[in-house]
Amino acid sequence: MVRFDALDLQQDMRTFDELRQLETFFKEETKRGRTNADLYELVQHSGNILPRLYLLITVGSVYIKSQEAPAKDILKDLVEMSRGVQQPIRGLFLRSYLSQISRDKLPDVGSPYEGEGGNVMDAVEFVLQNFTEMNKLWVRMQHQGPAREKEKREKERSELRDLVGKNLHVLSQLDGVDLEMYKDVVLPRVLEQIVNCKDEIAQYYLMDCIIQVFPDDFHLQTLETLLSACPQLQPTVDIKTVMSQLMERLSRYAAASPEVLPEFLQVEAFTKFSHAVVEVIEAQPDMALVGAVSLYVALLTFVLRVHVDRLDYVDQVLGGCVKKLEGKGKVKDVKATKQLVALLSAPLEKYKDVVTILKLSNYGKVMEHLDYDTNRVMAVVLMQSILANNTLITAPEKVDGLFDLLKELIQDSEGAPSIDELDEEDFKEEQNLVARLVHMLVNDDNEQMFQILIAARKQFGQGGPKRLPFTLPPLVFAALKLVRSLQNEDLPDDGPVSLKKVFQFLHQTVEALSVVPAPELALRLYLQCAEAAGVCNLEPVAYEFFTQAFMIYEEEIADSKAQVTALQLIIGTLQRTRVFGVENRDTLTHKATGYSAKLLKKPDQCRAVYACSHLFWVEEGSGVKDGERVLLCLKRALRIANAAQQMSSATRGSNGPMTLFVEILNKYLYYFEKGNTQVTSTIIQGLLELIVTEIQSENTTQDMQVDAFLANTLRYIQFQKHKGDSVAERYSDIKVPS
Amino acid sequence: MKTSSDGIYGWMKSGLGAFVAEPCLGYGGEELCPRRLGAFCSPAPDEADFCGVSELQSCVWNCCYGRFCIVVAEFKMNYLYGAFGSPCTVSIDFVDAETRKQASVKKENGQTVLVPLFLGQDSVVGEVRIDPVPGKKVEHTGVKIELLGQIELYFDRGNFYDFTSLVRELDVPGEILERKTYPFEFSTVEMQYESYNGVNVRLRYILKVTISRSYATNIVEYKDFWVRNYSPQPEINNSIKMEVGIEDCLHIEFEYSKSKYHLKDVIVGKIYFLLVRIKIKHMELEIRRRESTGSGPNTYNESETLAKYEIMDGAPVRGESIPIRLFLSPYDLTPTYRNINNKFSVKYYLNLVLVDEEDRRYFKQQEITMYRAE
Repeated sequence: MVRFDALDLQQDMRTFDELRQLETFFKEETKRGRTNADLYELVQHSGNILPRLYLLITVGSVYIKSQEAPAKDILKDLVEMSRGVQQPIRGLFLRSYLSQISRDKLPDVGSPYEGEGGNVMDAVEFVLQNFTEMNKLWVRMQHQGPAREKEKREKERSELRDLVGKNLHVLSQLDGVDLEMYKDVVLPRVLEQIVNCKDEIAQYYLMDCIIQVFPDDFHLQTLETLLSACPQLQPTVDIKTVMSQLMERLSRYAAASPEVLPEFLQVEAFTKFSHAVVEVIEAQPDMALVGAVSLYVALLTFVLRVHVDRLDYVDQVLGGCVKKLEGKGKVKDVKATKQLVALLSAPLEKYKDVVTILKLSNYGKVMEHLDYDTNRVMAVVLMQSILANNTLITAPEKVDGLFDLLKELIQDSEGAPSIDELDEEDFKEEQNLVARLVHMLVNDDNEQMFQILIAARKQFGQGGPKRLPFTLPPLVFAALKLVRSLQNEDLPDDGPVSLKKVFQFLHQTVEALSVVPAPELALRLYLQCAEAAGVCNLEPVAYEFFTQAFMIYEEEIADSKAQVTALQLIIGTLQRTRVFGVENRDTLTHKATGYSAKLLKKPDQCRAVYACSHLFWVEEGSGVKDGERVLLCLKRALRIANAAQQMSSATRGSNGPMTLFVEILNKYLYYFEKGNTQVTSTIIQGLLELIVTEIQSENTTQDMQVDAFLANTLRYIQFQKHKGDSVAERYSDIKVPS
Repeated sequence: MKTSSDGIYGWMKSGLGAFVAEPCLGYGGEELCPRRLGAFCSPAPDEADFCGVSELQSCVWNCCYGRFCIVVAEFKMNYLYGAFGSPCTVSIDFVDAETRKQASVKKENGQTVLVPLFLGQDSVVGEVRIDPVPGKKVEHTGVKIELLGQIELYFDRGNFYDFTSLVRELDVPGEILERKTYPFEFSTVEMQYESYNGVNVRLRYILKVTISRSYATNIVEYKDFWVRNYSPQPEINNSIKMEVGIEDCLHIEFEYSKSKYHLKDVIVGKIYFLLVRIKIKHMELEIRRRESTGSGPNTYNESETLAKYEIMDGAPVRGESIPIRLFLSPYDLTPTYRNINNKFSVKYYLNLVLVDEEDRRYFKQQEITMYRAE
C-alpha cells in the first residue's frame, strides 16, 4: 500500500506538505471501502518507528475528521504513542507535526468535534501534554553531541523554540479556555513545566511566550501565580526582562483601557509586583546589580503609568531599591548607574515637578548611591527641570530637602574629588544653575521667605570658598528683595522677621564672602546692602555696611585697577545714600576723598577726585550742596591733571593728551549749569582757553578723540548759549575760542 | 562497561535472567540452520505443486541435501509410470469443498497456496473417483483410503512418523472398467495436532488412496489438508513485568499486559526507564520463534526472528516511559506447541533489544504463549 521506508523524513517543513498529500491519499482510501479504524491499525504494522508515527498521525487526522471515533481518544493515543521518539530533534518535529495537524481538530467549545469527541478539557490536556513533552525534548537537545559544539547547538535550539511556543499559542486560541480554566489548569501546568525543566533558554523563552500570547486580563487575574514562578527560575535566567515585559504589558493595558484600573487595585497588582521583585532579587543572589535596579525601573514605570497618583507607591519602589543598595556604597558599575539614573529620571519626567519629587523620602537615598559624577549630572537634571518647568519652591523644609538632593553641587562631600580636579567650565555652569535656582525659592509670606533664605544660606555655607562667590550673591539679592517688601511694613524687631534681622542676615552672608576671600564681590554686595539700608532709613546699619566696604577696600583690594572700580562704586553709592547725618557723612566722604587722592596713577587720581565732587553736591531732595568743596575738588583735579601732564613730558618728552582737562571742563560746566555759584564763567573761560592753547601747542600729543571730545563740548556750549533760557544767559559770558 | 557476573543483575527477586550484552554480529550466537545447507537446491521448480502427483517433487527443495537423491529416484519411477501410461486417474474430493474454509499455506518458495482447512474434531467426508483410461481396465486387489497424521523431521532422512492412521476399505478386489466413485467418511477424527510447516519439521495431514495391484505397483493418490485447533481463552493470563538492568548503567522496568496472546492479538506494554547512563540509539521488540526438534543429544534448536519492531528512537532520560503496541496479525505466527508427540516443540519469545551508540546490544527475552482463538 505505502512504502513506509520510502518516506523521506527530513527535518524539514516541506515534509509536512508531502504528508498532506498522504492524508489525501488516506481519505481516498476510505472511500474505497477501508474503514478508518483499519487504516489506523494498518499503518501501525510498519516496523520503523518514525515513519510509523508520521503515518499514524496522518491517518489519525483523517480518522478524527471522519468523526467515526471520538477525537479525544485519538488525540490521546497519538500524543502518547509519540513518546516513542526520544531523539530530540526528530521528536520535536514529529510532535510539531502532531500539533499542526491537530490544531483544527481539537474538541474545543464550538468545534464540531466537541461532545462525543470530548470537551475543551480534553483539548487542553492534549495540548499541554504535547507541550510538556516537546519542551522536554527541546531542553534535552543541549546534551546531544560533543561539548565543543555547544554554542552551535544552543543556536539551533533557539531556532527551534517556536515549535515549542506554538503549543502555548494554540492554547491561547482555544475558545473554551476561559479565565477560570486558565487559572486552574493551563497556567499552573505550564508553569510547572517551565520551572521543572531547569533550563535557562527554555525558561526565559517560555515565560516570555506566556506573557505574549495570553490576554492581559488573564495576566492581571493570575498575577500572583505567574509572579510566584519567577523566583523559582534558574538563577541565570534573565528574569528582569521577563518581568519588565509583563509590567510593560500590563501598564499598557491600563493605559489603553482606563476602565480596568479598579481591577488593578482589586488584585493589588502593585503589591504583588513589588513582592515578586524582592523575591526574585533574593532568589538570584548572583544577579548583577544592574538587573536588580532595572527591575525597580520597570516596577517604577509600571507605577507611574498605572498608579500615577500614588506617590507612596513610587516612594516604596525607591525604598526597595535603597534596601537593595544598602551597604554597597557608591555604585561603580556603569550599567547599573545608568539604570539608577533612569530610576531617578522617571518620576521627574512624569511629574515634571520637583516639589513632588521632594515628597519621596527615598529619592535622595537612591541618589546617594550614585557615583560623584553621575550624582552631579542628576542634580543638574533636577535643577534644569525646576528651571524649565518654573517650579517654585515655597517651603523652608522643601529647601532643605532639595538641597539635600543637590548636595554634591553645594558642598564637598566625603569621597568627592577635590574641586581643583573638576572641569572649571562644568563647575561654573553647575554653580550658575545653583545660583539661578535661588530665584525659584519664593514665598509671598515674608516670614516664610526669610526662613527659606536662612535654610538656603545654611546649605550654601558649607560650599567652600570656590562655591560661595557663585551661590551667595543671588541669596543676597533675594534677601534685598525681601527687604523691599518688608520696608513698608512695620514689624517689631524681635518678631520672626524684621528688617533688622534681614540686614543681620545680609551682613553675615556678605561677611562670609569677604572671608573667602572675594573682596571685590563682597565690596559690591556691602554697598548694595548699604544702599538698601539707606533706603530703609537705617543709618547705623548703612554706616556699618560702608565701614565694612571701606575696610575691604583698605585691606583687601590692592590691585590698582580694582581700586579704581571699587572707589567709583563707593563714591556712587555714597552719593546716593542720603540717610546719613552730617557727621557720619563727613567721615565717609572724607574717607572716600582721601582714598581718591591716594590712587596710584595720576589720571585715576584725577578722575576719582573730580568724581568726589559729587559727594558734596546732591541734586535730588534736600541734598547737600556745598559749592565750595565742590570747587575745591575740581581745582584739585586740575592740579593733578597738570601734574600728570608734567610727568608725561618728563618721561616721554611730550605732554599727554588733554583728555583729563576736557573731562574736568565738563564737570565745571555741569556744576555751572546746576547753579553752583562758586563755579563762575571766568573760571570756565580760563580753563577753556588753557585747553585750546595746550591742544594747539606743539608739545602736546595730538589725539583725534580728544579733539572730537573738545569739539563736542564746545558745540554744547554754543548750543546752551542759544537756548534762550536762564542757563543761556549765564553762558553768554563764556566765549568759545575758535 | 561492567559486564562481570556480579555487575549484571536480573530480576533480583525471582532470579530470572539478566540482560545480556553482546557485540552485534548479526544474530549473535545463533546457530546456523542445518537446513540452510539445502539452500543450493533452489531455485525450486516453479511448477511444483504442493498436492497432487508432483507432490514428491516439492520435497526436493523442501528437504535436506541427503534426501534429495532419494526423492529424485522416486520421481523417476513415477515418471516411468507415466511413460507406460497410468491406467486411470484418481481424484479425491471433499463433499463440502465449495463451502469449506481454506487455509493459505506459505510454501518454501514463497508462494502461498490454499488448502482445505479442518478443525480437530471435524468429520472428513468425501468421495474418491477413479476414472480408468478409456479402453483400459484396472485390475486391483483392493482399494483403500487412509487418513494419515505425519510428523516429518528433515534431519531424520525423510522418515515419517505417523501419529494418526485411519483406514477405510473402499472396494474388494476386482476390476474397474469405468468411472467409479467411492464415498468415504472419517467421522469426528481425533486430529489433536495442528498442521505445521517449520524449519526442521513438518506436521501434516493427508488422505492417501491406494489401489493395490498384485503384479504391478500400487496406484497411490494423496490429498493434503490443513488442520487447526482452537484453544479456549486461557483462564490465567498474567502480565509480564520485570525489572532488569546493568548496575549503574541501565535500569529499566518493562511490562507486557499479558503473557498469553492469540494470533491476532496486540501486544501492549510499557517500558519505564529508571536509570540511563548509556547512550541508547534505539530500542526494538523482536518476536522470535524457537523450534526444537528431536530429543536428547539429537536435539536441534532453530530460532528465527519473525518480527522486528522499532519502539523507540533516540535516547530517553530517566523517568521516561515508552509505550509498546505491536499488532501480531501481520506476522506468520502459530500457536505455541509444547512437545508434539515427543518429536518437536515450537515456542515464542518477545525479545526487547536496546542498541547503544556503539552498536552494543542489550536484550532481554521473555517467553510468551501463543494460542489460536476462535
